[in-house]
Amino acid sequence: MKRRHFLQLGGVGISAAALPLRAQQLMPMQDLQPLIRSVAGDVPPKPGRVHIGLPQLAENGNSVPLELTVDSPMTEADHVRSLHVFGERNPRPLIASFHLGPHAGRAKVTTRIRLAGSQRVVAIAVLSDGSAWSDETEVIVTSAACLDEMSI
Amino acid sequence: MSDTVTLGRLRVPPRAQRGEVIEVRLLLQHPMENGFRRDTLGRSVPRNIIHRLVARYDGREVLRAELGTGMAANPYFAFFTRATASGEVVIEWEDDLGVKGRLTAPIEVS
Repeated sequence: MKRRHFLQLGGVGISAAALPLRAQQLMPMQDLQPLIRSVAGDVPPKPGRVHIGLPQLAENGNSVPLELTVDSPMTEADHVRSLHVFGERNPRPLIASFHLGPHAGRAKVTTRIRLAGSQRVVAIAVLSDGSAWSDETEVIVTSAACLDEMSI
Repeated sequence: MSDTVTLGRLRVPPRAQRGEVIEVRLLLQHPMENGFRRDTLGRSVPRNIIHRLVARYDGREVLRAELGTGMAANPYFAFFTRATASGEVVIEWEDDLGVKGRLTAPIEVS
């Protein structure tokens, strides 16, 4: 009986030790579809035209350089209306929305974001004709953005 | 609170040709507290992020950003606009505590 008890304790110890590694992987993955629908409308965005520039591997999730570019002439008749970035494992998946217009001259925005762990990042571009385009990329984050508690 | 702070740096090329696409670079000093952290006494730190930022130039809106908790502290932005007339590029923002910020940079267009 004592031996069994000891083994059980050992088991608990091992799983607890494995937790920090698993905690990152087990961070709840959120369904981005409703959020994407709220910015892009009912027609699902087509892949293409927008491009996410993010490192494949980020050492620190607190500040990850992000570059969004859209293949658009940025004229009065054909321009990018808005750009949206989502991280499916961030406690708040909508990271930022940028509203551009024909006065932007070039459809490119650079910034730095937080990523709460390795995850898929999705960008949606909504153009002046109402069409929506998407791009996505996977980022491996070795040290996740600081979240003491996952109070979602 | 309704103070206007200017903690940050705004870089715009001082001179440009008309029609040229110019880069606007902006670095703000702000903790972008995401509201998920706790302080050393275990109290939760209230959320305080810059949730809205607008860039205007030549009387028009160039960029409007709605930011979430996923933005890094001391947020940095680089974006573009087309040089149309001499004037000022104006950046205005507001955080969750109601603190407003404003930065301007002149540009001469020939």
